[in-house]
Amino acid sequence: MSTQIVTTDVLVIGGGLAGERCAIEAATAGHEVLILSLVPPRRSHSCAAQGGMQAALGNCVMADGDSPDLHFLDTVRGSDWGADQEVARIFADEAPLAVRELAHFGVPWTRVKGGRNQYFIKGEKVEIDEHEDTDGLIMHRDFGGTAKWRACYAAAATGHAALYAVDSQVARLGIEVRDRTEAVALIHDGENCLGAVVRCLRTGTHFAVIAKATVIATGGYGRIYGQYTTNAVINEGTGASIALDTGIVPLGNMEAIQFHPTTLAPSGILVTEGCRGDGGYLLDRDLNRFMVEAEPEKQELASRDVVCRHMMQVIRDGKGVNASFGPHLWLDIRHLGEEHVTTKLREVFEICQNFVGLHPAHDLIPVRPTQHYSMGGIRVNKDGEAYNMSGLFAAGEAACWDMHGFNRLGGNSLAETLVAGRIVGMRVADYVSGWSGDVNTSTALEGVAAAEKRSRDWLEREGSGPGVYEIRDKMGEIMLHKVGIFRHGDELAEAVSDLRELAEQTDSAVLKSKAPGMNPELTFALRLKGMLKLALCVATGALAREESRGAHHRSDFPKRDDHKWLNRTLARWSPGDDEPTLNYEPVGLIDLPPGSRGYGGAESIDMSISIGEHNDAVIQEQTAAGRRDTLDRMGSRLRPGEWSDAQHGLENQ
Amino acid sequence: MNEQSRGSSPRTLTFEIFRFNPEDPESKPHTQIFELEEEPFMSLYIALNRIREQFDPSLQFDFTCRESICGACGMIVNGRPALGCKTLTNNLPEHITLFPLPVFKLVGDLSVDTGTWFRQMVERTEAWIHPDKDFDANATEEKMSDELSQAIYEGDRCIECGCCIAACGVANVDPEFLGAAGLNRVARFIVDPRDKRTDSEWFEIVAGEQGVFACFGMMACEDICPKDLPLLEVNAYLRRKMLASRFAASNS
Repeated sequence: MSTQIVTTDVLVIGGGLAGERCAIEAATAGHEVLILSLVPPRRSHSCAAQGGMQAALGNCVMADGDSPDLHFLDTVRGSDWGADQEVARIFADEAPLAVRELAHFGVPWTRVKGGRNQYFIKGEKVEIDEHEDTDGLIMHRDFGGTAKWRACYAAAATGHAALYAVDSQVARLGIEVRDRTEAVALIHDGENCLGAVVRCLRTGTHFAVIAKATVIATGGYGRIYGQYTTNAVINEGTGASIALDTGIVPLGNMEAIQFHPTTLAPSGILVTEGCRGDGGYLLDRDLNRFMVEAEPEKQELASRDVVCRHMMQVIRDGKGVNASFGPHLWLDIRHLGEEHVTTKLREVFEICQNFVGLHPAHDLIPVRPTQHYSMGGIRVNKDGEAYNMSGLFAAGEAACWDMHGFNRLGGNSLAETLVAGRIVGMRVADYVSGWSGDVNTSTALEGVAAAEKRSRDWLEREGSGPGVYEIRDKMGEIMLHKVGIFRHGDELAEAVSDLRELAEQTDSAVLKSKAPGMNPELTFALRLKGMLKLALCVATGALAREESRGAHHRSDFPKRDDHKWLNRTLARWSPGDDEPTLNYEPVGLIDLPPGSRGYGGAESIDMSISIGEHNDAVIQEQTAAGRRDTLDRMGSRLRPGEWSDAQHGLENQ
Repeated sequence: MNEQSRGSSPRTLTFEIFRFNPEDPESKPHTQIFELEEEPFMSLYIALNRIREQFDPSLQFDFTCRESICGACGMIVNGRPALGCKTLTNNLPEHITLFPLPVFKLVGDLSVDTGTWFRQMVERTEAWIHPDKDFDANATEEKMSDELSQAIYEGDRCIECGCCIAACGVANVDPEFLGAAGLNRVARFIVDPRDKRTDSEWFEIVAGEQGVFACFGMMACEDICPKDLPLLEVNAYLRRKMLASRFAASNS
């Protein structure tokens, strides 16, 4: 049977919000686009985003005075100054447009109700009169780490509503989607990416897609934490893996892993931050609101990294609730009342009913922190271009575009998928319009042959080696216990060595099933080595980074170190190596100088050079790396100091 | 919290599962028995993964979010379509039979191709907003009352799991029938004032041979809908709307 080769202008790998929004932009520009997706696109993990999408529309009273300036400041502080500030600026400026575009696509955003409204703010019941002239505008709710109410929402199914609206546009434009397919390798010549080798998850057969531009939008890789994640079972880092496999494309800040404070115990199912945004409390076993003492200013609405650390400390101090599956804490939203719980938090109500049989208007919800989001990913510049390979782009959680740095604020990821999808889509469209390369089918055919051999090798391997699920479970335990919320050099060193051993064992692992077709065990086995490599990038990056920044907390180095570590980790994996090679680049141009986040109370070590000297060095380094042209083409979007009026307004309130 | 089974000895569950791998020339449709000890909070997501990992790694089934929002895991559980992830074994007898959803093309074992069916439904009904103007990037959003927004959201909540289609007497005979999920999707756009399609355009979409009047009214869809969508109300709304628009057309 001859190998099937499909050609297209743009190949988008991943049918979630980022990939589909990118596809819409490229298709609207007149290019042929093909989307590959592990599952039907409407089942992508974007649908699981619950509570909201951040955009500074400033529509309700508690959002009065909000602006992209304040959104920018909150995002950089949330990132603990790990973000690329130019990207954070682009993002904050564009987010309102993304929310309004979704309204145009049909998202049923919750709206402002003019007149008397009742809210819960910092434990108090408050009555606020919404201005009659804002009645019917898009409403906001409070989320962690923000100066204003900013999260736009459709009950607690914001991701679902957004994904259905965007996918309906994909259908309108007639963009082809091949679901149940997996890109298993990139086709490239060491300089240019020319598509991907694809495995069909219905039949197990392989084919090649040759494309002028390839976009990876495969989401996060939370499943390297085994069952200890809120992520869907498909979030196994397939896109990051195939980029790493090139040997030259780096992944950025892989050690920056977010845990979510409130996931249902024991299943790890997400319970939205909107619960705390709408006035919910965290309680210890004595029903004490420990966050009030820990963070008097922000209370339950400090950033996720800070709330998780307080929760873990409470559990370590023996004040967790003991259950057969381990200790947990309580989330209390009973005081919000039945109507609020069953409408504005409807999906939370359903989850509690379905999975633990309780009613959150009457019962406490058992919660504990669980892995939730990957701030790191395929490092791209602000146009979404991967380093060291032209024609390769990434967007969304799969990318390290880097607006999140070392901690993402709740509601910023949903907004990122649409903002980045559109911007990267525009750049992809330009790139394809100017494309003048050769289509060489032999590289593609070699790629298909190599992928077929990998499957055959797994099916033919015999012996007494370990099973693939056994290795996966061990990986999850290592990641949770040694590369978790509190990290220490000794444990991280153990994790690196344990993971290397598991990676080695994978080479002799044996399948129990030789079934023809997609064979679910083989499908997982083909991803396992890649997952271990990603886990090793996380663990080695975490071991090397001797400071605490955002979600990366080292109990042996508790201070943020802006003298040594105001930089981004880049991890490459050279063929034949058993560990990644780590390099570092500056975080990018700085507008908001490093300082206090306003929560978390951690100490830091100051920069030893001025912001001006830092920025000059960034420009020099980017020029030397040949990335200056990107800077110039878009022009820097930073508007130095322009946020200071907004900041002063906040301080004078 | 329902920490069931605590203190008493756990049940042994017997799973009778449909097996057929279309990619394997040797494979014939049959059922296979697996036994598993019940655990607290055990859902079919947990049980099926245990079976695959401990007994038969070739077993095919679909889960994605495992929290009843993605709609991937529709299957026939003891004769009724349901989402596997939110079906807890403590609500089931000891003998549990699992079959793939009918109507949809079988991928293998419990896995069916819902993606293709729903994409064609979306294309046939043009299930996207038909606005009367282009998006204006510089404009504030158009106002909409929160009550109306909630009404649109109510229909928008469908997760396209396919359970209503599998339960439908008409869809099982005519796979082209729009079914409850398709009709609900159309109704969601009729209710939405941002969609400017006219009554006669809606009539073309909804009132044809495979539209709302093809429904026998058995309403199994509403009984089994995992999201508790008011499918009976939607059906009645569409019938009223279609008849009203026909009367209006014949009177003018």
